[in-house]
Amino acid sequence: MSLWTLVIVAAIIVLALKLAGYLVPPALFEKPGPARVSTLLTVALLAALVAVNTVTTGQQIVLDARLPAIALACALFALRVPFIVVLIAAALCAALLRMAGLGV
Amino acid sequence: MQPTSRAALRSALSVAIAVSAYGLSFGALSVAAGLDVWQTCVLSLLMFSGGSQFALIGLVASGGLSAAPAAIVASTLLGVRNTLYAIRMSPIIGPGFAKRVAAGWITIDESTAVATAQPDLPSQRLGFWVTGIGIFIGWNLTTLAGALLGNLLGDVRQYGLDAAAAAAFLGLLWPRLSQLQPVVVAVAAAVVAVVVTPWVPPGVPIIAAAVVAVVVGLTNWLGRREVVA
Repeated sequence: MSLWTLVIVAAIIVLALKLAGYLVPPALFEKPGPARVSTLLTVALLAALVAVNTVTTGQQIVLDARLPAIALACALFALRVPFIVVLIAAALCAALLRMAGLGV
Repeated sequence: MQPTSRAALRSALSVAIAVSAYGLSFGALSVAAGLDVWQTCVLSLLMFSGGSQFALIGLVASGGLSAAPAAIVASTLLGVRNTLYAIRMSPIIGPGFAKRVAAGWITIDESTAVATAQPDLPSQRLGFWVTGIGIFIGWNLTTLAGALLGNLLGDVRQYGLDAAAAAAFLGLLWPRLSQLQPVVVAVAAAVVAVVVTPWVPPGVPIIAAAVVAVVVGLTNWLGRREVVA
């Protein structure tokens, strides 16, 4: 599969999911079970993406400058600092640690 | 203009501006992950769903094309909630094929949230369209700017952009951690994903984590008893 195929296929599926909501009979999804699974699915996937992007590289577990950067991001989100500011702070934190030769 | 409509307009515009700002980070991280500027822009134009877009580039960044099937599964699973939003928005949008397709295109977390927070039908409609169209324009412009900027940067680890990618997922996750059940699911999913990483192909850890949500969701372990709104 090429990168273009991946981009187009994934984008069309996600778009189709949105449009489908305006076509299907509402009763199908309004039961609490599917609604709850969908909500928790979002939480689980995002949490897994945080973890994998913080402490793994390829198939290895790697502890490096990303970990303190994410700890900082956690603290800043808890303080309700805006999204884009937190991202810049996390990037700066990792960049500075690497510049200092710490936690490459 | 009614006071309720003015309030809807105000919250729609402020949400649209705030959200559009992080299209910059999406654009930059996407080219850092290995997509080109055009592929990055197609994602923002066609997929137009932040969580799914970040998931796709996150998996391509970690596993390249071998993670492509997992990238499709992950972006699809993250897109399922938009279907639920669409079902909720459907009666508010009303009839008309072209109008419903346009509404579907811009049915995302923010447009649904702003719309459903308004007290009456006219301000719900106004909130939905202004938020959705505002973010669509802003997000695509900042995606392009971020992608062009990312192209100039070169080695992204040097600038800590890999840490920013992880922080972006954390930012999308954070507002969802208001109750015990999602917190437990988040922690369990993170642990499962990391523990299985050395043993399975790239991308699969994310799918493994999704199983946690399905099990907890179907059994409603640690959940409240009343019906989810």
